[in-house]
Amino acid sequence: MRQRIIAALGISVMAAAGLTACGDDASDAGGSGSGGEKMTIGIKFDQPGLGLKEGSNYTGLDVDVAKYVAKEMGVDEGNIEFKESPSAQRESLLANGQVKMIFATYSITDTRKEKVSFGGPYLTAGQDLLVKADNTDITGPETLNGKKLCSVTGSTSAQKVADKFAKTVQLQKYDTYSKCVEALSSGAIDAVTTDNTILAGFAAQEANKGKFKVVGKTFSTERYGVGLKKGDTETCTKVNDALKKMVDSGEWQKAFDKNLGTAGLTLDPATNPPKTFDACA
Amino acid sequence: MDVISEFFTEYDGLKAFQQTIYLTLLSALFALVIGTAVAVMRVSPVKVLQVIGSAYVNIVRNTPLTLVIVFCNLGLFLQLGIQLANPNSPTSIDDNNFRLAVLGLSVYHAAFVAEAIRSGVNTVPLGQAEAARAIGLPFLKTLRYVVLPQAFRGAIAPLGNVLIALTKNSTVASVIGVTEASAVMKVMMENRPDVIFVVFGIFAIGFVILTLPVGILFTSMSKRLAVKR
Repeated sequence: MRQRIIAALGISVMAAAGLTACGDDASDAGGSGSGGEKMTIGIKFDQPGLGLKEGSNYTGLDVDVAKYVAKEMGVDEGNIEFKESPSAQRESLLANGQVKMIFATYSITDTRKEKVSFGGPYLTAGQDLLVKADNTDITGPETLNGKKLCSVTGSTSAQKVADKFAKTVQLQKYDTYSKCVEALSSGAIDAVTTDNTILAGFAAQEANKGKFKVVGKTFSTERYGVGLKKGDTETCTKVNDALKKMVDSGEWQKAFDKNLGTAGLTLDPATNPPKTFDACA
Repeated sequence: MDVISEFFTEYDGLKAFQQTIYLTLLSALFALVIGTAVAVMRVSPVKVLQVIGSAYVNIVRNTPLTLVIVFCNLGLFLQLGIQLANPNSPTSIDDNNFRLAVLGLSVYHAAFVAEAIRSGVNTVPLGQAEAARAIGLPFLKTLRYVVLPQAFRGAIAPLGNVLIALTKNSTVASVIGVTEASAVMKVMMENRPDVIFVVFGIFAIGFVILTLPVGILFTSMSKRLAVKR
């Protein structure tokens, strides 16, 4: 009998804990407290150098650009709430208004434009290769014959490999790039492939310093835009003005050097830093 | 609704589901073999075997499947260098991942199969085993000729549940790069975010088509084959 009572108590405590957890969440989303306009911004939580959550801190180029743009729009850093926006959820998060803007290595494409609007681009990246620092036989996409590559399931980078090099290379797919980097360091694969910015972010991580290098021959063009709710031209114009100011003032270059510069990444100087922005429509 | 025709042509969705079926059937076969062995250990009169059997069930059953599958790749393959495919073949990565996924799925679901069979053993009245002992059959023969045939017939419904769960759990294999249905779904979602719910619906229907007949078949079999007592 006593055991039963204890079990019943345990269950009700757990149930109560569950309820309060929900309650906390709701009040957070409602946003109480320290005055000023609030804004929820979607970023990636798992990409070093771009958007990374470390404890309660957010670091990376996407985060710094987001903070700058938000400041220009009158939102203080303390009033920004960062929300994780995994690739598959980005369109719904914007459509439902759960986030105002998305800075998450979000390439501008025509199919995406049917669901969302884009500000920017704030950076032009390209698909590249990450190899071990002492590797000399992979110097670009034309040297991949018989090699083993790694990328993330479903990503455009993985699809490009399947389309372009399917006959000559093997592709390992994982659900995260960090597993690819793990496989690269163990020697099971020869190169990781995705946007050069993402690769540089991993190469610059403390634990990976000096172990890997980005080959530096891009074979695609990814224009990172700021994801906005479809038809939100007002925000789009503000975003582009803020980005222009960020580039002109040199803040963009500073943010880039701080987050990705140490990895020795060189972006295409013709498109970086961005000089023109897409018209808001 | 051009996305539906894209599913059949551009993305070769049927091949993806075929891969899901292969994964499921192979894993089901191995899981049945391992699971039967574990169940026999759990009902055996030898204490050590009982302990091993229940340890297997409790450890494997309480480990998340994603961890089991990821361990098969990152642990067994990357760290320990265990290859299940010829490393020099031009499709070694795909073959190796597929086999590692079958290994992980089999080992994981064997725990559930073992428990299903043990529940079947519990439906066999004690008198059956006692009668078998009385005519002089040793333990293994008692199992082989008297208890297990009745136990399997009593375990058909729970085994069907395990098979349905296994079909859906095979999607976890996509985390180590097996190109089954959910991996193709990720590709389609990446390319067609404008019709994301249609894509999701196609694959949900695909899985219902796979699992619904299994459920009906196992339910009717469990009724027809049950030992009348």
